[in-house]
Amino acid sequence: MTKQINEPYIALIGNPNSGKTAIFNALTGLNQKVSNYPGITVEQKLGNATLPNGSKIKILDLPGTYSLTPESIDERIVSDQIISWMENGNKPSAIVSVVDASNLSRNLYLTSQLLDLGIPVVVALNMMDRVKSNNNEIDDNALKNELEVADVIPMSASEKWGIEELKVAIGKAIENSNSENDTLPFAIDKEVESILHPLTDKFKSWGYSNRFSQAQALRIVTRKSVVSLYENIQHCTQEQCDELVAIRENIINQLDTTKHPHRTLEASLRYAWLDELITSRKIYKKSKERRITRSEKADSMFTHKWLGPVLFLGILYFIFQSIFTMASYPMDLIDALVGQFSDFVMEIMNPGMLRDIMVDGIIAGIGAIVIFLPQILILIFFLSLLEDTGYMARVAFMMDRFMTSIGMHGKSVLPLMSGYACAIPGVMATRTIDSWKERLITILVLPLTSCSARLPVYALMIGAFIPDITVFGFFKLQGLTMVIMYLLGTGTAFIIAIILSKFIDVKGQSSFLMELPPYRVPLIRSVMHQVYTRGKLFVLNAGKIIMAISIVLWFMATFPKVDNPQVDVNPIHTSYAGQVGHALEPIIEPLGFDWKIGIGLITSFAAREVVVSTLATIYNIEGGEEDIVSLTDAMKRDINPKTGKPQFTALVAISLMVFFVFAAQCMATFAIIRSETNSWKWPAFMIIYMSLLAYFASLLVYQGGQYLGFA
Amino acid sequence: MKNITDLHAGESATIIGFSGEMELQSRLVEMGVIPGTKIRFIKDTPFNGPVEIKVRDYYLSIRKNDAQRILIKHD
Repeated sequence: MTKQINEPYIALIGNPNSGKTAIFNALTGLNQKVSNYPGITVEQKLGNATLPNGSKIKILDLPGTYSLTPESIDERIVSDQIISWMENGNKPSAIVSVVDASNLSRNLYLTSQLLDLGIPVVVALNMMDRVKSNNNEIDDNALKNELEVADVIPMSASEKWGIEELKVAIGKAIENSNSENDTLPFAIDKEVESILHPLTDKFKSWGYSNRFSQAQALRIVTRKSVVSLYENIQHCTQEQCDELVAIRENIINQLDTTKHPHRTLEASLRYAWLDELITSRKIYKKSKERRITRSEKADSMFTHKWLGPVLFLGILYFIFQSIFTMASYPMDLIDALVGQFSDFVMEIMNPGMLRDIMVDGIIAGIGAIVIFLPQILILIFFLSLLEDTGYMARVAFMMDRFMTSIGMHGKSVLPLMSGYACAIPGVMATRTIDSWKERLITILVLPLTSCSARLPVYALMIGAFIPDITVFGFFKLQGLTMVIMYLLGTGTAFIIAIILSKFIDVKGQSSFLMELPPYRVPLIRSVMHQVYTRGKLFVLNAGKIIMAISIVLWFMATFPKVDNPQVDVNPIHTSYAGQVGHALEPIIEPLGFDWKIGIGLITSFAAREVVVSTLATIYNIEGGEEDIVSLTDAMKRDINPKTGKPQFTALVAISLMVFFVFAAQCMATFAIIRSETNSWKWPAFMIIYMSLLAYFASLLVYQGGQYLGFA
Repeated sequence: MKNITDLHAGESATIIGFSGEMELQSRLVEMGVIPGTKIRFIKDTPFNGPVEIKVRDYYLSIRKNDAQRILIKHD
């Protein structure tokens, strides 16, 4: 997991929500996503910065963490990185310890741990704007002297001041890396020190400094998980690691007979030191007035016992409503542009195979997907907005009770909601869930939430076959059908989660400990950037897959050319693709699907939206030399030769949509689950259960519908 | 002895210790929830869901059964 960097670099380390990513962006000029949800930087990032003295340096941004002792996977990246520095000597030239100044003592806890590494530390005292607006004061000079750090720079990344000063301080820290103090800044009780001695000696024998050895000894007694950090390093052979565990067991038994229980030892020592220096040296001067903060006022409504959850549902309803109302105009525009473009290509190119590939294959295929871009962008816009304001952390808080009752976790809500846009960032976001069982369940059910790739399928089927009428007084039937598809996916995800929680047997306690960051006005630049990158990713990924599949499909559906075609049989039936589709037909006929849909089901295994472009391509080839045909019209005109009736009916459309709600048809999701669970078992399990679910749900819809008399 | 969940919304208290052993304790103390620290109870959620407290200078949510193991004395 850890990156080896072979050039001089500095590392950014800080608590979640301390503004690390904002400082990274300010230093590097890059545009990484900033968020107001703890732990959203789940990966390390590397950028370049130029210091005022002209030298260039790499900047490593690490995920936010409260301590160098890891609790979840994103935090482990930091701990692993630090062990690797101490072991391999690839230390950064300096560390920028990013501190939320409005929350000083808790942030300085991590800083105090960083001081033990023997690396120059510059404290970036971020969010000073909040401190000032509360009429509080921080004595940064006193702080610098007490902590013995290279520098303390008051700043505000969001108000864009202090960045230059920070760069100067980084440059200075690298040049004159000060003489290190090799003792811990706080005194350890003599009794405790002698109990810890065997561990301290062990680490010293590995070549660690006195101070880091003492710090590591303190850390390793707090949690057993710290030992696992050493698993892959050269000092820790099996024998050495076993010895480490044995020494540790012995020490915690001794410690717990003293007044210093092992779990709280390190924190008690560090906070006692920090709290003392902050108050006695008057580093943090708090104004006397105690005010109810703006966030607290806002929360009296947003996280109100009963009103809060109602507001959340209202916000969800508003977002999905917007997806359909706000997107219709740009969608019509894209539709018209694609039509004009294909007319234009028809005109300038000579008739022949190449033009057919261009028009029937590529333009028809990509056009069918790009039209859904506005809806996807609107969804991503709202999700980024909610996250950026700090509201999503409140949602996790409010929903934790409900989510645990169905086998998941309050922190599962954000990944599941991301799943409405795309399962891949959703699966990545589950890293903030620290209990493995609940994380695994969230990952396994997440692909059931209807992602944006299903939207083209729903929209096509609903637009073509669900009548545009009003039911029950004020519900539009088309909109209602769409809502039902989303609810079907989400509801099933909840049910499967309950079932999985009964059967998946993984040890480990679950807890929910979440900081509720202050609300803030979302940074529109950051939100728009997020919309842009995710939109670009969708178009490029979809574009690449669709381009390739469209071309292959065009060949498969055009060849072999029959020399002497029978007049009444379209050559597409005898093409390779036609043969595959017809072979599949007996299996899918009970679901109401014909051979054309069969081909679509195969191609959509790469990505769901491909079914739309596949149908577009097939109908265009079948249609022959005419202009590009509208997919909706072609489907409506299509007659099933066996029955003599229209192939597509409302019932077939619903059956197909239900199939797509459940089916696992996305290679990229499979790949990400494979890498996040580090096994083939879970992605394979996901494909099997979702495929079975899709087939039998569709079968039930189509056969049940026919039985009830819907044609 | 009283614990955090005995507090009413808006009430302040001082942490005096933990009852029993819990895994979560290591993380709580790292976040500054240690004996001697002042806390304020902000709110609870329906059906015994998590509670919200203010500790040091930030807001923290924690499940009710875990909050019950943080012992307090009234100021």
